[in-house]
Amino acid sequence: MALSREQIAQRVAQELKDGYYVNLGIGIPTLVANYVPEGIEVMLQSENGLLGMGRFPTEEEVDADLINAGKQTVTMTAGASLFDSAESFAMIRGGHVDLTVLGAFEVDVEGNIASYMIPGKLIKGMGGAMDLVAGADNIIVTMTHASKHGVSKLLNKCTLPLTGKGCIKKVLTDLAFIEIKDGKFHLLERAPGVSVEEIQQLTEGELVVNGEIPEMQF
Amino acid sequence: MAGFNKVVNSYQEALAGLEDNMTLIVGGFGLCGNPENLIKEIKRRGTTGLTVVSNNCGTTEHGLGILLFDKQIKKMVASYVGENDNFESQMMSGELEVELTPQGTLAEKMRAGGAGIPAFYTATGYGTPVAEGKEVREFNGKKYILEESVTGDFALVKAYKADTYGNLVFRKTARNFNPLAATAGKITVVEVEEIVEPGELDPDEIHLSGIYVDRLIKGDFEKIIEQRTVRPSNQSEQGA
Repeated sequence: MALSREQIAQRVAQELKDGYYVNLGIGIPTLVANYVPEGIEVMLQSENGLLGMGRFPTEEEVDADLINAGKQTVTMTAGASLFDSAESFAMIRGGHVDLTVLGAFEVDVEGNIASYMIPGKLIKGMGGAMDLVAGADNIIVTMTHASKHGVSKLLNKCTLPLTGKGCIKKVLTDLAFIEIKDGKFHLLERAPGVSVEEIQQLTEGELVVNGEIPEMQF
Repeated sequence: MAGFNKVVNSYQEALAGLEDNMTLIVGGFGLCGNPENLIKEIKRRGTTGLTVVSNNCGTTEHGLGILLFDKQIKKMVASYVGENDNFESQMMSGELEVELTPQGTLAEKMRAGGAGIPAFYTATGYGTPVAEGKEVREFNGKKYILEESVTGDFALVKAYKADTYGNLVFRKTARNFNPLAATAGKITVVEVEEIVEPGELDPDEIHLSGIYVDRLIKGDFEKIIEQRTVRPSNQSEQGA
């Protein structure tokens, strides 16, 4: 079975390490915060200028001056810090954030990512995504493996305008956990009950399958 | 005005000298920390042909978005422009020119502009549509593009607190682009919630020195929230 949004977030959360500073994009990546493994401390960075983002506020705690990058009201955890946007992106571009999780429309075997613009449709902008993919070394892209019509989103070459070039090494889809290296996709894990053949069929770019591929554990 | 006192008493005075076709650098992230009353004054003045550099363009009804009703903005430089119906229609019809700029690059353009640095190299946007027409240079095996900094005829800023000399304190994530914008204006106008006397702010806690500030005004703020997300009050404690 393909993973649900929550399961994708849950699997990504297993990649968190104690002491990580993490930036979570909008959508599925945001859900990762709900599955931080027990005994592990992570601090969430919100690129509008907050390190140490907490949960949503209660009605009484709502503060118009305290929002996240999705413009939602949030709170701060103990030990949080606040800074301006240049400082925030100095952290991101300077490689100080340990893990970035973000969504995408397409990725390809060269580690290119397209996530902000579909020509002919309304263009809303890249926000901080281009800075995040250019600056971070450790990025996990979360996405569906293929469109509803079965068209692969893991390609030989991205068809949409790029958000970043050669910067993606790990992709977690609803079907598989994949590493990108040497111009190929490498299958690391498969979603429970999903066969290697199914994944192969929905992966346009070359997929390397080395030995027995384990199922994801939850 | 005497000495270092930057306080003005009306919004008309705060934006005196603002003319058609000028470039404005405006603080705020969405509606958080946006100089809402200064924007309303621009609407009242009817200034047109403006180039506005700001992370977003407000919403249909609030923030910079209200300048679109009378088509006062000619060009918008921003990283994200959703949540605004007039923006979409004017962009589609070609009446509004849009230069999409990555958020971190936009912040750095303001910072560099205010710091007298004309351009800088960044890896952000290399190999993407943002890099079109820009110089590419390799440092230590990685490719970077040359981005030019920005300055404006006016910078419009919202801060939390100031002393009369224009030393500023921001509050929480309403800081965002504001201190950067403040450095990048030929004339920097700041509106705040509270003005105190010099000496009342701890110098160690001042986020931006008054040297960057030309005019200061105390305003009342609506502080519209775009995405009000709350949890029930009785929910048990849990980590982030």
